[in-house]
Amino acid sequence: MPKPLLALALALLVALAVSHFGDRIDPYFLDVLIGVGINITLAVSLNLVNGYTGQFSLGHAGFMSVGAYASAAITVLLGPRLLGDSGGTTVQQGWLFFAALLAGGAGAALAGLIVGIPSLRLKGDYLALVTLGFGEIIRVVFQNVDALGGALGLNGIPNYTTVFWVYATVAVTVFTVVCLVRSTYGRGFLATRDDEIAAESVGLNTTRYKIAAFVIAAFFAGIAGGLYGHFKLTITPTGFDFTKSIEIVVMVILGGMGNTPGVILAAILLTVLPEFLRPVEQYRMIVYSLLLIGLMLLRPQGLFNLNFGALVGRSRRRAALPPASAQPPAA
Amino acid sequence: MRPLRLLLLALAVASLILPLGAQTPIKVGEYASLTGKEASFGQSSHEGIVLAFEEIDAAGGVLGRPIELITEDNQTQPGQSATAVKKLIARDRVIALLGEVSSGRSLEAAPIAQAYKIPMIAPAATNPQVTRVGNYIFRVCFIDPFQGTVMARFALQDLKARRVAILSSVSNAYSVGLAKFFRETFRSAGGEITAEPKYSEGDKDFRAQLTAIKAAGADAVYVPGYYTEAALIVRQGRELGLTMPFIGGDGWVADELLQIGGPALNGCYYSTHFSPENRDPAVQAFVKKFRARWSGANPDAFAALGYDAAYVLVDAIRRAGTTDGPALRAALARTRDFAGVTGATTIDANRNASKPAAIIAIRDGRLAFLKTVAPAP
Amino acid sequence: MTEFLQQLLNGLSLGAIYALIALGYTMVYGVLRFINFAHSDVFMVGAYIGYYAGQHLPVGTLGGGLLVLLAAMAGCSLLGMAIERLAYRRLRGAPTLNVLITAIGVSLFLESAGQAVFGAAPRTFPMVFPVRNLRFAGLAVSSNQLVVIAVAILLMIALQLIVFRTRIGTAMRAVSLNPRAAQLVGVNLNVVISFTFGLGSALAGAGGVLYALNYPSIDPLMGVMPGMKAFVAAVLGGVGNIPGAALGGLILGTVETFVNGSQWSTYKDAIAFAILIGILLFRPAGLLGRAVPEKV
Repeated sequence: MPKPLLALALALLVALAVSHFGDRIDPYFLDVLIGVGINITLAVSLNLVNGYTGQFSLGHAGFMSVGAYASAAITVLLGPRLLGDSGGTTVQQGWLFFAALLAGGAGAALAGLIVGIPSLRLKGDYLALVTLGFGEIIRVVFQNVDALGGALGLNGIPNYTTVFWVYATVAVTVFTVVCLVRSTYGRGFLATRDDEIAAESVGLNTTRYKIAAFVIAAFFAGIAGGLYGHFKLTITPTGFDFTKSIEIVVMVILGGMGNTPGVILAAILLTVLPEFLRPVEQYRMIVYSLLLIGLMLLRPQGLFNLNFGALVGRSRRRAALPPASAQPPAA
Repeated sequence: MRPLRLLLLALAVASLILPLGAQTPIKVGEYASLTGKEASFGQSSHEGIVLAFEEIDAAGGVLGRPIELITEDNQTQPGQSATAVKKLIARDRVIALLGEVSSGRSLEAAPIAQAYKIPMIAPAATNPQVTRVGNYIFRVCFIDPFQGTVMARFALQDLKARRVAILSSVSNAYSVGLAKFFRETFRSAGGEITAEPKYSEGDKDFRAQLTAIKAAGADAVYVPGYYTEAALIVRQGRELGLTMPFIGGDGWVADELLQIGGPALNGCYYSTHFSPENRDPAVQAFVKKFRARWSGANPDAFAALGYDAAYVLVDAIRRAGTTDGPALRAALARTRDFAGVTGATTIDANRNASKPAAIIAIRDGRLAFLKTVAPAP
Repeated sequence: MTEFLQQLLNGLSLGAIYALIALGYTMVYGVLRFINFAHSDVFMVGAYIGYYAGQHLPVGTLGGGLLVLLAAMAGCSLLGMAIERLAYRRLRGAPTLNVLITAIGVSLFLESAGQAVFGAAPRTFPMVFPVRNLRFAGLAVSSNQLVVIAVAILLMIALQLIVFRTRIGTAMRAVSLNPRAAQLVGVNLNVVISFTFGLGSALAGAGGVLYALNYPSIDPLMGVMPGMKAFVAAVLGGVGNIPGAALGGLILGTVETFVNGSQWSTYKDAIAFAILIGILLFRPAGLLGRAVPEKV
């Protein structure tokens, strides 16, 4: 079995194991663990767009909200009808949840398509603002849909999210993004980022890559949204606003755009740190913003941009070098 | 301000724990919007709760043990209340929760309290949805169907307004709900809603909506939103030449209402849970104690409700004789005619409280208590 | 008919404020080719400077009001130049993405610092100009609205004069056309860029005070929505184009007011963004802008 697939299977097994012992873990710790997983999914998916394809999207929370509302609509509105009064067995609930998550992802992917297509001609700043605008439009739309709760939001969402679902999602997301980018097809993303005009001139359809990046990232953001909804049990339109998008962007930037391990580390750090900083919660945003500015000025490649490959390569090469006393062949 | 408050609280509790011996304190959790956009509401209710707990501890505590308040700030941000409450329950092991004043944020925390069987008392969340989450969720205030009815009747009977326009917020669940209940009662009592424009939280310009109201014509305008927008609405309305009364709900309760609105607010009315001008001796005693504790500030509805919520909880603990979840819940559900500063509190079958509303009039740039409206028996 | 005219009047005064803020965006974009996200927060700081100035200066008189306006403009000018010096100067020549992120960082910093220092709860802005409510022909106008329109027009005329009739204005135009060539003919890039930021920020400061006059409740997040809408206005009129920013502001203000007064008022936030997307799809150069082909 190829290595990445093996890693994926292993990750799924670990997630299942941890989930089994979920009852014995302190609920607050479990809470944070699930939060970390959801944020990793969001950050890694955004990294595909911002980091690997070089398109600056500021509306990721909008896709998350589409996924959250779509999946919650299924479990809250359709669930009772499908599962019956008893609420169904755990297995049935699991399948319903799985279907709801996929539907959320699909809905978000569709939104990604709708957002992606018009935004393609735009560069840099304009793209950022248009994605931000779309995020706001999505929020306004949800506020006006009374069937989904309107301003009050959707409550009474069943508590289906477990560590297994979250980390299974994380594993699949990381697997997809990393394998995609390392594949031959995936070179196109990097080419689009590095120099769009040059890529076009060698025949690459950068438009298709940009749309693909948007759609795939939106899909995973939608699933993360579904997980979030069934975790917080209540979702409101204002909970997925510009501030949430910025939080995810900070994770991507801190980790180093286009650096998946770094982004994962950054997501973990930025989810866990606020819990420790609860007493000084109101200064959190100040620290975040200074972090952003400082990073851009001093280390734009990100804090965690540790080049693992080069480190490993260097130590291997050192071991392979002949001892210093070896004589060069006689001239 | 906040660290100072925490320090004072810590000192107060510490100085009382010692004489009470090495008894483990009863821990009660509070989650509130102490900072952020709705900080004024959260801080008020917090001040009421703190005053109550200090009095209780000074009088010997509950069941022979001191009572300790653990407060978490949700910064008025969505999503924060859930995490705060989980921490309070799992880490701090609180036996009950007090919070919140906002229906939206109460709804975030309620499912968690329900799942962990920790009784939760919301001081001022008025949307009916909150207590429907489960049988561990209570409130000590009236609900919006009642509040909307009060103002609808007031408009028809007292102001003789047959045609009313409603200007409500589309992004605030409280405003949407209250507008709906007002509309239903007003229409069924024979009134006419002439216009219903909307605004968003954070908006500053309402001239467009007010112009539309002016064109449609109205005898009064109902503004069921928060004071931040309501004050600006009334001000701009007066500038546009709208002279009719503007009426509102308990979202108008704040010191800043008069500051922002100024003389434009004269001739306006709003419904609330409490008025410091109520001549009732219990109310006046509370006002005096509050002023002494919080540097001369007058308590508002949220402070009074926080105070009552704390006392209702403690009364239930005493009647149950234990802090165990299910027993405490049952005792809370049996609360009958508890004498609080916001009126006699009886918890009904839906875990709501049937309380009178106070109508406040604004005259000469000041608040004047007009009358009390009792709920239908 | 009266309602239509009244809404038109409301739209004009709202549009004038959007125009003032849009001018700052458009100037910086014209010279530096990036969107200064922090502009909307400079606007907010202007309102707070006006708030504090209003407590120390005689208010309610024309002179007092003008002093407050000038204080806010001066303060914001300094703030804008400081931001440029500290955050943006080192990134000249860096990929635009980095500068954009830095701008977002500065914006967030000003907002969160504002919340920590001023508190998030809104404050009442003092009436620094004498207030009269005027009525004519069934229309109601507040003197504050007239002040906004008058000051906006004056500032825009002043800006046009500076850009087209002074040496530094010519230098600004030169830098916006080709920075390298401008340096070759002796233009001091640092001075011109600082001046541009200073000027744009002064306009934002004025906008902040004028906005606070009409909507007397100020809070640290007050700049977010007006800032985004002003940016839409700048793009609508053609980024880098001064009359365009004014036109864009007026159109956006009027459209938004009419939507607000209609049954679709709940969608009004979405309208601005829908306009942005529309204009970028169908006429990316804006109404008054000229399409510049991208040279490879």
